[in-house]
Amino acid sequence: MTHRRKFLQSLGSGFGLVALQHLLNQDGYGATVDPMAPRPPQFPGKAKRVIFLFMEGAPSQMDLFDPKPELQKWHGKSLPPSLTKDLKLAFIKPTATILGSPRTFQKYGPQGMDISDLLPHTASVAGDLCFVRSMHSDQFNHHPGQLKLFTGHNQVGRPAMGSWVTYGLGSESQNLPGFVVLSSGSGASGGSDNFSSGFLPTTYTGTPFRSTGDPILYLKNPAGISATQQRARLDALRDLNEMRQGATGDEEIASRIHAYELAFRMQSSSPELLDFSKETQTTKDSYGIGQEATNAYGTNCLLARRMIERGVRFVMLSHGSWDHHSAINTGLPKQCKTTDQPVAALIKDLKQRAMLDDTLVVWGSEFGRTPMSEFRRPEDAANAGRDHNPNGYTMWMAGGGIKTGQVIGKTDDFGLNILEDLVDVNDLQATMLHLLGFDHTRLTYRFMGREFRLTDVHGHVVQKMLA
Amino acid sequence: MRLFFILLIGGGLYAAEYSQVEPIFKSKCYGCHGPSKQLSGLRLDDAEAALQGGYSGKVIVPGHSATSSLWLRVAGKPGPTAMPMGSKGLSPDESALIAAWIDAGAKFPATLRAAAKRTQSRHWAFQSFSKPTGSIDAFITQRLAKDNLKMSPEADRATLLRRLSFDLIGLPPSPEEVHAFVADSSPQAYAKQVDRLLASAHFGEKWARHWLDQARYADSDGYEKDWVRPWAWRWREWVINSLNRDMPFDQFTREQIAGDLFPNASTEQRVATGFHRNTLTNREGGIDNQQFRFETMADRASTVGSVWLGLTVGCAQCHDHKYDPTLQKDFYSLYAFFDNAEEEDIDAPLPGEKNARTAAYEAKREALLAEFKVRELQPAWEKDMLQASAEPGKRTDWDLAWDCLLKLTESGDGERIMRKQPADRTDRDRLILENHFIRNYHFAIGQPAYKKVKFDELDKKLKALEEQYPSLTQAYILAENAAPRQSYLRVRGDYKSLGIPVPADSPSFLPPLAPHNGPTTRVDLANWLTAPDNPLVSRVTVNRIWQELFGAGIVKTAEDFGLMGSRPSHPELLNWLAAEFVERGWSRKAIIREIVLSAAYRQSSQARPELKEIDPENRLLARQSRLRLPAEAIRDAALRVAGLLDTKIGGPSIKPPQPDGVSSLGYSSGTKWQVSPGTERYRRGVYIHYQRTTPYPLLSNFDAPRSTTASCRRTRSNTPLQALNLLNDPVFLEAAERLGQRAKSIDEAFELALQRLPTPAERTRLQRFVAENNTTLMASILLNLDEFITRE
Repeated sequence: MTHRRKFLQSLGSGFGLVALQHLLNQDGYGATVDPMAPRPPQFPGKAKRVIFLFMEGAPSQMDLFDPKPELQKWHGKSLPPSLTKDLKLAFIKPTATILGSPRTFQKYGPQGMDISDLLPHTASVAGDLCFVRSMHSDQFNHHPGQLKLFTGHNQVGRPAMGSWVTYGLGSESQNLPGFVVLSSGSGASGGSDNFSSGFLPTTYTGTPFRSTGDPILYLKNPAGISATQQRARLDALRDLNEMRQGATGDEEIASRIHAYELAFRMQSSSPELLDFSKETQTTKDSYGIGQEATNAYGTNCLLARRMIERGVRFVMLSHGSWDHHSAINTGLPKQCKTTDQPVAALIKDLKQRAMLDDTLVVWGSEFGRTPMSEFRRPEDAANAGRDHNPNGYTMWMAGGGIKTGQVIGKTDDFGLNILEDLVDVNDLQATMLHLLGFDHTRLTYRFMGREFRLTDVHGHVVQKMLA
Repeated sequence: MRLFFILLIGGGLYAAEYSQVEPIFKSKCYGCHGPSKQLSGLRLDDAEAALQGGYSGKVIVPGHSATSSLWLRVAGKPGPTAMPMGSKGLSPDESALIAAWIDAGAKFPATLRAAAKRTQSRHWAFQSFSKPTGSIDAFITQRLAKDNLKMSPEADRATLLRRLSFDLIGLPPSPEEVHAFVADSSPQAYAKQVDRLLASAHFGEKWARHWLDQARYADSDGYEKDWVRPWAWRWREWVINSLNRDMPFDQFTREQIAGDLFPNASTEQRVATGFHRNTLTNREGGIDNQQFRFETMADRASTVGSVWLGLTVGCAQCHDHKYDPTLQKDFYSLYAFFDNAEEEDIDAPLPGEKNARTAAYEAKREALLAEFKVRELQPAWEKDMLQASAEPGKRTDWDLAWDCLLKLTESGDGERIMRKQPADRTDRDRLILENHFIRNYHFAIGQPAYKKVKFDELDKKLKALEEQYPSLTQAYILAENAAPRQSYLRVRGDYKSLGIPVPADSPSFLPPLAPHNGPTTRVDLANWLTAPDNPLVSRVTVNRIWQELFGAGIVKTAEDFGLMGSRPSHPELLNWLAAEFVERGWSRKAIIREIVLSAAYRQSSQARPELKEIDPENRLLARQSRLRLPAEAIRDAALRVAGLLDTKIGGPSIKPPQPDGVSSLGYSSGTKWQVSPGTERYRRGVYIHYQRTTPYPLLSNFDAPRSTTASCRRTRSNTPLQALNLLNDPVFLEAAERLGQRAKSIDEAFELALQRLPTPAERTRLQRFVAENNTTLMASILLNLDEFITRE
């Protein structure tokens, strides 16, 4: 078994992956290969791991990163008809009136990147970020949009990005799952589809670390079972399983034993992972841990850092909801307050620990919001929100091979459409895989008679994003 | 450029001949639109076909180059993609010649006929076949002999009965059943066990699960809102009953494809079409209903392709299949069968069920409606709603109210009902619309006004009344639209890009539909699937049955019999089984019986060192396979050996306890996970409520499919989360505790769990453990053993 695993590791090319796929397609693959064994990518990648800060529900780009002073002038009027001719929106009609932004913007970082007053902490790390103001999706509803962002396709059933990455690279962690999901705020529209392995083996499914109860489902020993008893159970299990392996000659039993031992290591290492007592007070304060607004998200950000330190390959932090259809001028500041400080602290912390260079950090959502206002009844106009807009929105990236301190792309004066450098979510996926050392067209898996990939049949690496 | 100029000046004086354009076609176009390939359905080497055009319609309008898309493309005009693909068009001289030829009438020589208009596929799976002489064991032995191998000896009786029991009814045998079998010295001993298990009502539960996987069955909509489907189980009930009655597979097929179209269709036949209602539903606000309808119909066509034909026809939704002969047109021919189907919900009472909604209920409901002035308010609302739909954009609130009618009407099509004259509405229509009105009036009039009419209070009272007088069991079915709908191919699979009209038909590379009178409907599809000359359906079906009994199909890619699928390990055996299946009246029980009686099935699964190099995947079947049990069977077995399993058959889905927070991962948190009362929580896994966005953890952990597309083959992974699940889930701890209490000794517990006695070494190890720990923990070890979750 170890022989075979070493064989795979030593290949270190696309061929290794093909061999892996072949083995995974066989029943009982656990006997011949550890599907989570670390593997080199197709070519040396600048990023070794990913933290995806998923801001579920579509934050408003024109109130955060993409200032549109024209909106003030047009406030209360409809867009010019030339822009609304073929426009299809989720809830409002194209003729809905424009909502000016009350936000003030300043320029930060050496290149002068616009950031609104709602994100003072993010502003302090602007030089380490790369804004893409020309993000594009073809989906304007949450669930299909999230599927498109994470699985490359708007229909349910494909593997998530984190699954593809762990399928490609395996994981460095011996004690933790390779792909972890942390949630805060309300749930995500995409539910577990956002981190499902789809048709890839279940091994590559994202493991949710929960904020209440067991961090991983069934991680804790049941009530009344001590650590010693648990170890005793595992010892007896191993002995009996080995006897059965002897009797049947089935090597698959060895991988069953292996899985139980890994489970036990997960159990025994998670208290250490979750124990922040060795973190300095300064670190905890920087993440806003202990402060009501920032505690939950700050805890997840610090956990994310501790996870990647321990070899986890892909951490997804899902925070909802930014779906401000109404009362955007109160809802948006609230979400920013919750996340701004922890996010900036994470960037600084990674940088200080020299981990930012090979950790790709991505901040963003399934789409952005409209310049037009949304309110249902005339009397609600004062509490208006914004509708979904996938035709031009902002995400940012940092770390692992990203050319930072720059702004890519340009939207029109209303922030409705992209004028320059369109980056489709499939392009983002292609670029992320490139940074990890994969040609997105060659990281594939055969299913139902077809080679599938994260980028479906689309995607181009965005050269401007590369350092 | 100069040539173009001359042609323009020359007008009618100069006309290009076909002989002048032919070299261009040959060198620049035939590669993709000629004898070997006809991308987008276009071929230029055949006069008739060329003038007919491609999937998006005519490409040549004789006499009018300016409106011929062929010319627009080769001339690189803005709009359509320039041709040849990847270029900016032909040279100006070449495109000018083509323009001149089209303008002169696009005359082809009459002799331009392609040699063969349709390439006959020679792929094995598409050929008709006849029954070879032989038997299961003969075919397998002959193949083994080529490698100088022999079958393994028969497994010992305890192992054999445990295997048979898991395979036929999904449950382990009791120690008494094993003892009886071991003690039975009659030559018929094994056959008697087979017949006993085939007759068990649990047979239907076990084999239904296999079918539910393929039908992507779930108890909720999927997507963001993921509403619960309270009556989805009614179709599952039909599947279980049909299997238990051994409904012939051809009838089973016909009823599910077209049961609603049978003359005087019975309720059960209509319920059968619920197969197609397992498609996902997206109720998110901004969804375009046209797109959604298209995706649903396309999913139905793909699913029929996967389930009955074993083909990945869904690949041809956007373009001709890359490997198989499935043309894009073929996909839309299948699609067209479903394009005319509407969704309908009906009363589908179970035997003996009485309607509680009597006159007393009606009177109480009417009184409530009168008290809250529903009858006064609803007509005005309807009028305003229709007005809003006619003038979108005028009032955002009414737009939203209209949109909610399209998305949020429960168990019916709100728009269709509202557009009917009130006099034409059925009782059910009225009920659906009234309920929608009462629950969603606030979208139209706003919350303050809604509070004033107190409809939330009315809603509560109505719901209480509905609980007091439960409705008849409902079923989700298909019904044919009275006015046939013309179906169109969708260019690049985009629902908005209508291509050529496509009639409902069988795929071009398979046998044609049987001649029939009148329009082509799902009945013709059903008859075609089950016709004797269909080369796929019987083989695909027996292959999946084989897969359930050996762990892998004779064709390993049970979902793909196409060119990229694997070749059958035993082609003659596959043909023999398929023919035998049909000869035995498509009886699944008969074919299963035949297979499990074979020596091949009864072999030991003991590993043989010499096979490791020759046949590492056990394709040749020199032994049986050790197979990890499916998710449901693992839980069922634990409950069974603990004496906890509630063996009631059928009925609504159940919710066993699950950790807090599982359901809140998705948006469907309105769906409270209310643990089922009494012993309901101990019912079999096939009944566990499947919430698509947040499935019951055990099911996801142990590779149950995600119920989004047809799953014809489950994976068997091995992960630490599975270990945690079995070690620490209270459900398994409870089972361990009960098993520990039930057994008076280690031996008894061991035998209950594994249907054999421990070896001395095993006994000693467990004794040592019990001495240091306790019986519950000892029992939990048994439930965690690899052997416990494996059928050997």
